[in-house]
Amino acid sequence: MLDVSDVHTYYGDSHILHGVSLDVAPGEVVAILGRNGMGKTTLIRSVVGFSPPRRGRVSFKGNDVTAWAPFRRVERGMALVPQGRRVFASLSVRENLDVARGGTGRWDMARVYALFPRLAERAQNRANKLSGGEQQMLAIGRALMSNPELLLMDEPTEGLAPLLVREVGRVIAELKRAGLSILLVEQNLPMAASVADRVHVLNRGQIVYSGRPAALLADEDVKSRYLGVASTT
Amino acid sequence: MTVEFWIVQTFNGLSYGALLFLLASGLSLIFGVMRIVNLAHGSYFLLGGYIALSVIWRTSTFPLALLAGAVAIALVGIGMERLFLRRLAGQTLGQVLMTVGFALIFQDLALLIWGGDPYSLPLPSWLQGVVTAGALRFPKYRIFIMAVAVVIGALLWLALDRTRVGAMIRAAVDDAEMAQGVGIRVPTVSLGVFALGALLAALGGGIGGGFLGVYPGLDFEILPYAFVVIIVGGLGSLPGAMVGSLLVGLLDNFGKALFPELAYFTLFAPMALILALRPTGLFGRT
Ligand SMILES: Nc1ncnc2c1ncn2[C@@H]1O[C@H](COP(=O)(O)OP(=O)(O)OP(=O)(O)O)[C@@H](O)[C@H]1O
Ligand SMILES: [Mg+2]
Repeated sequence: MLDVSDVHTYYGDSHILHGVSLDVAPGEVVAILGRNGMGKTTLIRSVVGFSPPRRGRVSFKGNDVTAWAPFRRVERGMALVPQGRRVFASLSVRENLDVARGGTGRWDMARVYALFPRLAERAQNRANKLSGGEQQMLAIGRALMSNPELLLMDEPTEGLAPLLVREVGRVIAELKRAGLSILLVEQNLPMAASVADRVHVLNRGQIVYSGRPAALLADEDVKSRYLGVASTT
Repeated sequence: MTVEFWIVQTFNGLSYGALLFLLASGLSLIFGVMRIVNLAHGSYFLLGGYIALSVIWRTSTFPLALLAGAVAIALVGIGMERLFLRRLAGQTLGQVLMTVGFALIFQDLALLIWGGDPYSLPLPSWLQGVVTAGALRFPKYRIFIMAVAVVIGALLWLALDRTRVGAMIRAAVDDAEMAQGVGIRVPTVSLGVFALGALLAALGGGIGGGFLGVYPGLDFEILPYAFVVIIVGGLGSLPGAMVGSLLVGLLDNFGKALFPELAYFTLFAPMALILALRPTGLFGRT
């Protein structure tokens, strides 16, 4: 599905990603963990094409998409739930969903409203009038409107109350059951571990750990060194 | 100072504002979507006027002249965006300098083709003369300008506010990068908006040709007004361009009528005041 190989990404002169490689198989959920500023968002930006890597390759569904414009990747079946949600503030909820409509498959506005009934109630409201949790639902629903095969999610639970974190976790599990491939960036380790098939830990632009969620949960050394999780022993 | 004075000056100010709206609405949308400060926008106005003039000399058909000027300049705009500005995407300074370069080239080109004499667009008979209301006399042509601006403003508003393409344009104004990230073909949207902006400016130039005239220097004379309009109204906002145009039209007209020696002051002082209170303009996002 997605194959990222030896990617080096820069902002101007600052070299952020130092040769990151990973892949996501069809139907798989892969989580990226790591502390603030370690390059998780930069990795997502490299995959979607906002910050194309200066070296390395991104292939998606058999195409080398490294130099493709972001909208082409979306047309080909990627979708993004960005960090900070980035809903279109001056558009209504309905318009936010409508402008992202595309592809063929099971997702349309009615399905999104069925998944997030709250959005249906607020369909005519401007997106900037929504609460943080509602905006997050809108950002997820908007991404689904293009009927993606690969969903890129950048900290979808950031800043949400515990109840909403569980709700987002439930939705991700449901999307996974429906066969979607997901690349999930998270700082919430229990949440990521509960949905992911595999996890990678990013530190200063490099992958320093890869494995099964259960193995990471048991690895106190990696957790305290790279995730800031206090050792329990 | 009589009531008639106020009515007539308000009418004149509104009709000038209507003309400014045609120029400024496109400039504002172009900035909103592409973040390009297009200093060649006044040239579109001027060239639209000159082309309309040439067409009317040959065909004597007023609507055809306006249309020809508008379409020709829309094509010029498409060429400029596709072949030149797009290559400099994201480089603000480079783009501004390029549009200045184009503005200077267009200026020389116009001088070469149409010479240095001022012209006025000959009006068809149905637009000549005045409408009288009691002691007041309103030129028909100024009423026509306002009608055109109202129709175009309404169409633009409907297209932007009520259609999916309009929502895509607003999404690109909100966050162009994220708009691409949901699959909107932002480069195509940009090209369309740029062409539309050029078309409206040229239409304004053609219409303005029967009222301000067409002459060398008009391009750089009218451009600051368009910028005041969109800065006051809020960059990228259509309602902002509407309100800003009317405000600037009125201020300019009353300034010139009441304090002729302070005309620039009466235009720019309120602008500075509005910016001090609302740095993003009346309708700009904060
Ligand atoms: N636009 C930018 N220009 C320059 N440097 C940037 C830019 N965006 C991010 N950085 C830097 O790149 C590094 C990686 O940032 P990135 O946003 O990828 O981290 P992150 O892992 O997503 O962090 P967080 O968990 O806080 O979201 C940081 O040091 C950050 O300061
Ligand atoms: Mg981040």
